[in-house]
Amino acid sequence: MIKEVTTATFEEEVLSSDKPVLVDFNADWCGPCQMLKPTLDKLADELDNVKVVSVNIDREDDLAYKYSVSSIPCLVMFEGGNETRRSIGLKPRPELIKFING
Amino acid sequence: MYDIIIIGAGPAGLTAAIYARRASKSVLVLEALTYGGQIINTPSIANYPAAPDISGFEFATKVYEQAEALGAEFVYEKAADIQRSENGASFFVKTDENEYEGKAVIIAAGSVNRKLGLPNEEELVGRGVSYCATCDGAFYRGKRTAVAGGGNTALEDALYLADLAEKVYIVHRRDAFRGEETTVNALKQRPNVEFVLNSSVTKLCADKKLTGIEVTDKNTGETRELAVDGLFVAIGRVPSDIGFNVGTRDSGYIDAGEDCRTNVPGIFAAGDCREKEVRQLVTAAADGAVAATEAVRYIASLR
Repeated sequence: MIKEVTTATFEEEVLSSDKPVLVDFNADWCGPCQMLKPTLDKLADELDNVKVVSVNIDREDDLAYKYSVSSIPCLVMFEGGNETRRSIGLKPRPELIKFING
Repeated sequence: MYDIIIIGAGPAGLTAAIYARRASKSVLVLEALTYGGQIINTPSIANYPAAPDISGFEFATKVYEQAEALGAEFVYEKAADIQRSENGASFFVKTDENEYEGKAVIIAAGSVNRKLGLPNEEELVGRGVSYCATCDGAFYRGKRTAVAGGGNTALEDALYLADLAEKVYIVHRRDAFRGEETTVNALKQRPNVEFVLNSSVTKLCADKKLTGIEVTDKNTGETRELAVDGLFVAIGRVPSDIGFNVGTRDSGYIDAGEDCRTNVPGIFAAGDCREKEVRQLVTAAADGAVAATEAVRYIASLR
């Protein structure tokens, strides 16, 4: 189960995390986001070295704005509190793993 | 060996799988990404018979579950090549990882958005460049946007954006629109919409994200920069890059008629990758039914 983070918890859950964090910016109305979800759920269970969280861009539009998200699904990797890379659009599982591993 | 190998799990491929399974044929569906095809980008489908107001995701999931429950097998690999076997009675479909043998093949690989072809276009996707106004328009509330294109999609995108954005430029290379006149007239009523005609987008200006576009007037050669946060590219679609050795038209779409037969007996084309007049969800599904039925008939003729 991927934890949903909010503006209030973003600092603690993402920026201050010891582990790298993959943030999935998504929305309920976004079909490709729904398609991506099962794959991310699985990866979140399988990967020990990465934490996966989600941000609903409609509920948390401040976060979407702050991180210049302008197309979803948008996956942003945070390491040590900084964005290190991002991936936009629906990708197959092998490409997601490649992206996560950098 | 499978009876029928279907390339692509969009509405055409999934419908073909349903028809082929109901004809008791063994079916393998090869899909490069996920099932559903481009319909998953549509928040609400309004024109499919008996399913008003269903989301594209829900529609795709229902058709996928239907095909799977009937016994179609799904493998997520990208098909790269089709070769006829030496005795001519089957085909080998190669993917990046494997090779599969089938008596008949249905290509339902769909189409993709046509790109402008500008050097930094790819890196600006998701940073100001988008191919789907209904997907990404919400991010441009109160911002300045441009739409490139002159067909129905471009005009509808512009109208959608006009309700959200501060400004919408419509950049079109001709002085008249191919799209519906009612939409053009509706756009003319909008104070925040500006037509930039006889012009094309020649440069994307960016500083980490899009800051503006350069447009060039094709008659005068004059260029000017429009400061925009978002550019929506709606200059049509092109067939998916399939590289299979079947006959295509100049447009790149597979040359197959309403019977979905290609120039290679045993290979059929269904849905958006086929040369046709109307590319809609309902015509993709219809193609799937026709292609599967023709494939079943073809297999029967092999005996």
